[in-house]
Amino acid sequence: MQPPPSNSANGIPLIFELGQAGRATDYLEHAKPLESYLPAAALRSGLPLPDNSELDVVRHYTQLSHRTFGIDLGFYPLGSCTMKYNPRINDAIVARPEFADLHPYTPDELAQGALEAMYELERSLSSLFGMAAFSLNPSAGAHAELGALLIAKKHFKECGEAQRDTVIVPDTAHGTNPASATMCGFKVLTLRSDARGRVSPAELRRVLGPGTAVCMMTNPNTLGLFEDDIAEIASAVHDAGGLMYYDGANANAIMGYARPGDMGFDLMHLNTHKTFTIPHGGGGAGHGPLGVAPHLVEYLPVPVVTRDAHGRYALDFDRPKSIGPMRSFWSNFAHAVRALAYLYANGSDGLKRVSQLAVLNANYLRVKIAEFLATPYPERCRHEFVASAQRLKREHGVRALDLAKALLDHGFMAPTMYFPLLVPECLMIEPTETESKETLDAFIEALRAIVATAKENPDALLQAPVSTPVGRVDETTAARRPDLRWRPPP
Amino acid sequence: MYTPHTERDIAEMLEAVGATSLDELLSVPEAVALRGKIEMVPALPQYLIDRRFDELARKNGGVAYRSFLGAGAYRHYAPAAIAALAMRGEFLTAYTPYQAEVSQGYLQAIYEWQTYICLLTGMDIADASVYDGATALAEAAIMALGATGRKRILVSRAVHPNYRAVLKTYCDGLDVAVDEIGFTPDGTTGLEQLAEAVAGKDYAAVALQSPNFFGNVDTLAPRALDAIRASETIPIAVVAEALSLAALAPPAAWGAQIVAGEAQSFGVAAAYGGPYVGFIAAAQEHMRRIPGRLVGKTTDAAGRTAYVLTLQAREQHIRRERATSNICTNQAHCALIATIYLALMGASGLRNAAALNLARSRELASAVANVPGVRLKHNAPFFNELAVDVGRPAGEVLRELQTRGILGGVEVGRFYPELATCILMTATEMTTSGDIAALAAALQEVLRATAAV
Amino acid sequence: MAQPQGLLFSKEHEWVSVDGDRATIGVTDYAQNSLGDIVYVELPKVGSTIAQFSNVGVIESVKAVSDLYTPMSGEVLETNGALENDPSAVNRDPYGAGWLFKLRLTGAGEASSLLSADEYEKIATE
Repeated sequence: MQPPPSNSANGIPLIFELGQAGRATDYLEHAKPLESYLPAAALRSGLPLPDNSELDVVRHYTQLSHRTFGIDLGFYPLGSCTMKYNPRINDAIVARPEFADLHPYTPDELAQGALEAMYELERSLSSLFGMAAFSLNPSAGAHAELGALLIAKKHFKECGEAQRDTVIVPDTAHGTNPASATMCGFKVLTLRSDARGRVSPAELRRVLGPGTAVCMMTNPNTLGLFEDDIAEIASAVHDAGGLMYYDGANANAIMGYARPGDMGFDLMHLNTHKTFTIPHGGGGAGHGPLGVAPHLVEYLPVPVVTRDAHGRYALDFDRPKSIGPMRSFWSNFAHAVRALAYLYANGSDGLKRVSQLAVLNANYLRVKIAEFLATPYPERCRHEFVASAQRLKREHGVRALDLAKALLDHGFMAPTMYFPLLVPECLMIEPTETESKETLDAFIEALRAIVATAKENPDALLQAPVSTPVGRVDETTAARRPDLRWRPPP
Repeated sequence: MYTPHTERDIAEMLEAVGATSLDELLSVPEAVALRGKIEMVPALPQYLIDRRFDELARKNGGVAYRSFLGAGAYRHYAPAAIAALAMRGEFLTAYTPYQAEVSQGYLQAIYEWQTYICLLTGMDIADASVYDGATALAEAAIMALGATGRKRILVSRAVHPNYRAVLKTYCDGLDVAVDEIGFTPDGTTGLEQLAEAVAGKDYAAVALQSPNFFGNVDTLAPRALDAIRASETIPIAVVAEALSLAALAPPAAWGAQIVAGEAQSFGVAAAYGGPYVGFIAAAQEHMRRIPGRLVGKTTDAAGRTAYVLTLQAREQHIRRERATSNICTNQAHCALIATIYLALMGASGLRNAAALNLARSRELASAVANVPGVRLKHNAPFFNELAVDVGRPAGEVLRELQTRGILGGVEVGRFYPELATCILMTATEMTTSGDIAALAAALQEVLRATAAV
Repeated sequence: MAQPQGLLFSKEHEWVSVDGDRATIGVTDYAQNSLGDIVYVELPKVGSTIAQFSNVGVIESVKAVSDLYTPMSGEVLETNGALENDPSAVNRDPYGAGWLFKLRLTGAGEASSLLSADEYEKIATE
């Protein structure tokens, strides 16, 4: 048997380097040539794509899958990413033709099931997070942030307060927050967190004023700490005439205990691909429901799903104050269905249990890892926490990056690194609730062994990983001389 | 519930962290503690979850109708091998491939996707995906704003109305004006007017869609292209029906510098509107402005071929408030599906599929044109959809067709009030002669009945 | 490393070499060292007029990006085109082949708001 060429110098050939013209599998009957239907001037002269047999294509992508690490293969402790188990029933449901084949322009009366699913999800999320309404329009968290800031901008314009041009973002915020603000023409003011890793109300008051538009926060924040002054923060921002935005990336920590609406947030997003088990799929597609307080409902993107007195559902496009649509069609609908299936699997008590065990797992990892690695905020965390390799770097020349790469050799995904920016040599760890104590223990012991190696034989770690299809990659050359595509040989 | 903890685990772990109970561990300040009851769907055992979605599925009767719907979402044949490969857990449950060493497979697949998009559009570079076609247009416009330093965009009215609406949503945020240019009676962008509209003006970009919303081939003629170049405006090509790229002259050939497209046609389910997969392709000079992730080919320390996310300093997580796009999560899994679709179809299969679309849509055109009272609205070369004038309010005719088990197409008047008697009808390789005959017969019956009233 | 004498410096880690009404501008050795492997430099447009201490471009390394400021006002006469294909020159030779752009100076008395080599050395080693 010929083993797959996994460790050869050139790796697995590109699909373009395989195949022969005329080898493609026929899936359809043969048509007359293109020239029979369109003038030659409208047609392209050739199509330089490879023809491969179905078997060769199946082998190619199966081999590529063998070089890809997913949750299904092992523990994925990525901070702020909530890489929990993705239940298979969700995928089975959306694969049904009644969902998969439903065209977005299907008349409402023939898509009542789809609309009802969206409505149920929207109502459930609104109650779960204490908002007046959600839009299922945005395609991801960052997309929802953009929608929320467009709402804020329009709202202030209509209130005659267009001078509100500043968005306040704590230094613990996700990078998308400032980028979203820029896309709406807002200025960004970065707020330093205090020694406790939190936003200080006094510090915040100093920067609030007639220019304040929105304060964007996540709670718990990216250090995994609950912003315990959140009520005071929210009233300070409201007193200054600003709006509060909740980045829901960390919503997995609070379900059943606190709601952004009750904390005083006016706008928020969720990442259903984090909290509600939508598979990440290698970076997307995501799904970013956008929630609003009562006074901002009329600005939500179109369409919204409505239900009338007779229980009939409809897509409502006639919303004069809406910021407009944010995407081609109504929602990443298949993901809305997955999220709803997950809500049905849990109910409100189940979701409370999810948050409990996510927080328990994180704290368990935190106290165990603190035995051998610094945890700069040594107090109870929520769903995630940060550790720092600053001392290892200083004393042994081993960085957070080296620890992370060594974890790959132990069969674990690396934690989030070098984020949040305020923690030097940061490792940000989020275990999620779906990992067992045994898995956490194995991870702890692997990291303990790696830290021991860092002290005894640091050079050994600088080469890691060594058991993966490739070792550390030359990112500098990749960026200096970008090769972003294959080209046909001349 | 998908949590593995036993009561014993919980007790041991609580002790390890020094907490007396889970409630104590998760307590929040009284002022923000949860008040009231959560009103949400109930917890169900798994077989009842299935049953609940059976019930919802049955209320989506539209999937059983003979359908001529298109307009930005297309029904094409997707070989079964796509799902078998794409739904493999390694791909499905992977995060963004930041750790290149354990993500070579996905990174290579995205590099292949970028290459496929380049080869299909004729452009130099393509990104790892954006949300969908509409946001691709908005992001392409932002690229042009950055490249030119201008604050005004021109877009053809024959571009998909939803895409134009999303462009406007984005441009409102940036205080950028969006002007529109009309189409001629043959259903293509008025190129003479276009040349005049851009001459001496400060448009950052002009966007045209081909095939356009009406299905017509709609590309720049040399004179219009010259005028656009003279005014240093960037031509953006919009592609909503990606299968057309297998047949039609690629956007690079008629002068586009940026292509904003939707690749749902390549094996991605219609799924009531998403997730789909947008793409941006561009000339080399725009490499630094292209939004979203890019995969590059390089080597590892031992000199082995390796793929990696590259040019990341353009992206929001590094550039933060200096970034011009905030996209983070993209549509990687849909891009993977599209890549596998393209690999399975190959050049020959793709061109044949495109030819079948041309054949079936022409069969559709002649069948409906033979119905008394019906005429084809436009006379331009088209790909797989066409505007059909039924001579009566199109919404009423569509509702009548619906009672006969047919979704006749999209009511054009909901976007173009002046075309209130037109239906946008689509035929793909999945549309059979039987479907077409049934539509023509039903249309004849409906129009005869309304004529008699 | 000591700074070359005869140059002026900004607190933002740019150097400038003045010759009559002409000036050449680059980033310091300290700056290139803290940025790491530089992969791309975005420079002001030739012919544009730029004001002292304004943001005129960016410097990208693999995982960081920083703003580029001009230490003096003027009209941009020339930019270092060689950096397009070889940005590593900024790392290798920040005071020589890695220069960034040249100005025809328009501001008067701006040199007084800049630092000498010794003054800059203090900031850079802090």
